Amino acid sequence: MRILLFGIAKDIAGAPVITAEGITSVAALRSWLYAKYPSLEQLRSLMIAVNKVYANDEDVLQPGDEVAVIPPVSGG
Amino acid sequence: MNKLIKIDSNVTVQQALDFVEGPDCGGVVVFSGNVRNVTKEKKVTRLFFECYEPMALLEMEKIADYTIEKMGVKRIAILHIVGEKQPGEVVVVIAVAAPHRAAAFDACEHAIDTLKETVPIWKKEYFEDGEVWVAAHP
Repeated sequence: MRILLFGIAKDIAGAPVITAEGITSVAALRSWLYAKYPSLEQLRSLMIAVNKVYANDEDVLQPGDEVAVIPPVSGG
Repeated sequence: MNKLIKIDSNVTVQQALDFVEGPDCGGVVVFSGNVRNVTKEKKVTRLFFECYEPMALLEMEKIADYTIEKMGVKRIAILHIVGEKQPGEVVVVIAVAAPHRAAAFDACEHAIDTLKETVPIWKKEYFEDGEVWVAAHP
């Protein structure tokens, strides 16, 4: 599964796209991200978007989903 | 068409105004968000904006739809830049037209407040001695 990263999350991971295998829920993805990149846990918030919509931790991930890591937004 | 949603390297107040104005609307409110040259007493030299464009456009559409369906707005333009900007330059423009001014003021404030909370756009501030992603840490 490809995972898109933006802003400070991209800087922390050191790449705009990373891949993960065998992750089937947003909660599992969150745990995987925190284990791999502990600095993500220091952020004010961390949202996950699935197919361009904000997701909840209990949401299921399918192999073809477009998954994105959304650190605190700061537009405007 | 009653909404103009756009992310581009440059946006202007005029293009937003031109889209929303019309004889059916007596109240037009425009918000322009510009680069400020200081943050917490530190001089800001430039800003850089990055976005998750397809999702940002969808979230901007949701904001526009809400103001039209629930707040009495006839037409709305929400424009945001990406890339680098200098102090004084325009970053975001929201223009709202409604039959009367109260709805236009309310909807314009709602739109910019919601944009800052939900639209996946990120701003990096550059200072003379470093840089920081805005609001990333508590």
